[in-house]
Amino acid sequence: MSPLLLADLTVFTLGLLVGFEVISKVPATLHTPLMSGANAIHGVVLVGVMLLAATISTPAGYALLAVAAFFAAMNVAGGYVVTDRMLAMFRSRS
Amino acid sequence: MSAFDTIVHLIYLACATAFVVGLHLMNAPATARRGNQVSAAGMGVAILTTVAVLIDGGRINAYAAWALGLGSAAGAVAGLVAARVVRMTAMPQLVSLFNAVGGGAAALIALGEHPATTQAEVTGVLDVLIGALTFSGSLIASGKLAGRVPGRPIIVPYGRLISIGLAVVAVVTAVLVVGFDGGAPALWGAAAAALAAGVLLTLPIGGADMPVVISLLNACTGTAVAMAGFVLESTPLIIAGALVGAAGAILTKLMADAMNRPIGAIIAGGYGTGDAIAVAAG
Repeated sequence: MSPLLLADLTVFTLGLLVGFEVISKVPATLHTPLMSGANAIHGVVLVGVMLLAATISTPAGYALLAVAAFFAAMNVAGGYVVTDRMLAMFRSRS
Repeated sequence: MSAFDTIVHLIYLACATAFVVGLHLMNAPATARRGNQVSAAGMGVAILTTVAVLIDGGRINAYAAWALGLGSAAGAVAGLVAARVVRMTAMPQLVSLFNAVGGGAAALIALGEHPATTQAEVTGVLDVLIGALTFSGSLIASGKLAGRVPGRPIIVPYGRLISIGLAVVAVVTAVLVVGFDGGAPALWGAAAAALAAGVLLTLPIGGADMPVVISLLNACTGTAVAMAGFVLESTPLIIAGALVGAAGAILTKLMADAMNRPIGAIIAGGYGTGDAIAVAAG
């Protein structure tokens, strides 16, 4: 195992543990917004697609890249906006 | 490591912190909206930083830049419009749709990157399998909530047998990729098997259980994104992916408990009815 992989595994494991810990006793009304908020955070996949773009140099690759960019950007942009709308309604009602 | 690389790394670390703090603030009603904004700010900075990395490296060619720019612009507009116009009652299926495309993007990263090292091959296969399964599974879940797919549990004839067949295909393609340098064809084979498995696993689940299933698939996408992070050796993807994977898993359990539904029975399917009552409760 390379030192880089070991470092990545360490970060991954600690990330999992933080993820378990950060969700505490959530009221049921916040379940859906929290799910939506977590959904927006994995929109970070757009950063991955951007890094992928630096390695691509074939026509098929460009097509795949465009689709991946479309998907990831939709996830991140829509995810945050829809979460914000949910929470805005939540607050005005309570 | 150049000064630029160091600064980029530190900024990514700050973004990861924003995700964790944001998620934490979303635990309580009073701070939830601010939590989402903190998380969004971290995301914006992470994306701008990556733009700077691409420009600084000068490695991206013009065609790739256009594909990336046009693709993301179109995706962002589609996501923003959908999120703005959606009715409140239709939000869960929209979240499921966003989750589907996130998983799809994660799978496409491994398919586009053509993993070369053993580490990248192992995580690449996992990324493709989990990402493709989430993509088709979330689309079906979204369709069930929207009424485009019948909400009642649909029992596929010989479903168990087909599932076993798909699992065998997944294992064989994984062995081909990792052990025999099977490359792109084997990866696409794995993607096809996982796409079919996603449909097959979601169809037998009743519409009322969909919020729990979407939460579970959300956790899966997080894991797929973390795997994509291993393929690309990108720390922010690994951190955010692991964070969402674990938080999503806990949230799935909380949601299932709140509905008095055992998770195992939900996944096994053929359980409950096609009612959409849980949408409001979940």
